[in-house]
Amino acid sequence: MIELDWDWDFTWEVLPDLLNAAQITLLATLLGSLLAIGVGLALSLLRRSPSRWISWPVYWVVEFVRSTPLLVQIFFLYYVMPEFGVSLSPMTTGVLALGAHYGAYLSEVFRSGIDGVEKGQWEAARALNLSQFITYRDIVLPQALRAMIPATGNYIIAMFKETPQLSAITLLEMLQTAKILGSENFRYLEPFTLVGLLYLAFSIVAALGVHQIERRFPKEGFSLR
Amino acid sequence: MELSELTPILLQGAWITLKILCLSLPVAGALAFIAGLTRLFAPTPLRQMARVYIEFFRGTSALIQLYWIYFVLPFFGLNLDAMTASVIALGLNIGAYGAEVVRGSVLAVPKGQYEAAVALNFTPWSRLWRIILPQSLINMIPPFGNLAIELMKATSLVSLITIGDLTYKAKTLADATLQVGEIFGLVLLIYFVMAQAMAFLFRWLEARLGRGLDRGGLRS
Repeated sequence: MIELDWDWDFTWEVLPDLLNAAQITLLATLLGSLLAIGVGLALSLLRRSPSRWISWPVYWVVEFVRSTPLLVQIFFLYYVMPEFGVSLSPMTTGVLALGAHYGAYLSEVFRSGIDGVEKGQWEAARALNLSQFITYRDIVLPQALRAMIPATGNYIIAMFKETPQLSAITLLEMLQTAKILGSENFRYLEPFTLVGLLYLAFSIVAALGVHQIERRFPKEGFSLR
Repeated sequence: MELSELTPILLQGAWITLKILCLSLPVAGALAFIAGLTRLFAPTPLRQMARVYIEFFRGTSALIQLYWIYFVLPFFGLNLDAMTASVIALGLNIGAYGAEVVRGSVLAVPKGQYEAAVALNFTPWSRLWRIILPQSLINMIPPFGNLAIELMKATSLVSLITIGDLTYKAKTLADATLQVGEIFGLVLLIYFVMAQAMAFLFRWLEARLGRGLDRGGLRS
């Protein structure tokens, strides 16, 4: 027997709490993506190191992080770090896990973006006697950025959609809040459906945003200074 | 507990993980082809439905889909056990991503192939089945391989609806023994080995099925 009895009163009751929790979700995504971009950039540069003693371990670390579940990585950080005397809050753990996991993904994006820059650009920079740092900052990265933007944007959206896993370490983000509200009222229909719809709305808006940035981005890149 | 005592318990969990993977892979694969081809070739209302399915399941997160199927469907009188809910949720989620792979690969077949098939008076069905799909199938293998690994990783989510998979076993063992470092380290390693094995399998499959292209000189 299928019948839909959507409770609007309950909907209006839980919506403010869920929207509050959305701030936590968005904060975790924002901090996580900033960390991931930093980690990804560092890993992609290390991976290009001429020394096999550096590039080879980095390759396997990236491979390892990419091919193991985020949820287990979250548990690992949350339960193992205190063994080393570092107790982290759920938020910090979550941001670190998201940053490391997606940093590994982004390092591949950045690597192929950097590889996509024409060889002549490197040679010209070398001929002009520019330092390695200046070459990256002023020549290579600005040109590589355009190729990196769509994939980076998609990974950040993917990260956003994986934040519900942080509910497993009791971070009060949207899903955890919905679960608590549901169990208090013995009604899961409205909270879980609302969370699903909020995710859908946020990811559609974000996808449109990425598309806009991609379209507006100057072909020749822009200065990083 | 010794490592030799922990390992068998974890491997039991790995077996459940593998079982869920093997059950949900065909579901995801079937949905990918059905939705992907519907989105391309079916009449408009069906095409729109396929599109809604794809956008909806790609736009929300896997864990929420799983919770929704497990906790909310009972409100509609549909009680699924945790295992069925997991297989359905993971299949639906990865199937939506797979549908885009199918669509992309079919669209990547050169237009001349369609035109030649039309010129040779193939029926629409045999055009798809004998000309287009065999060529696009080979392009689908690497992205499908990645999705299969994503699916394997996503099976860890089922531990949150109390299925005794690898992640669940790790969590309960860690809570009981407090040997968190060894347990989670070992579990990450098991997942890593599974992912590497799958990557190897898909690379082999790609090489094996690509032989025809090599013989025909269509692949460098």
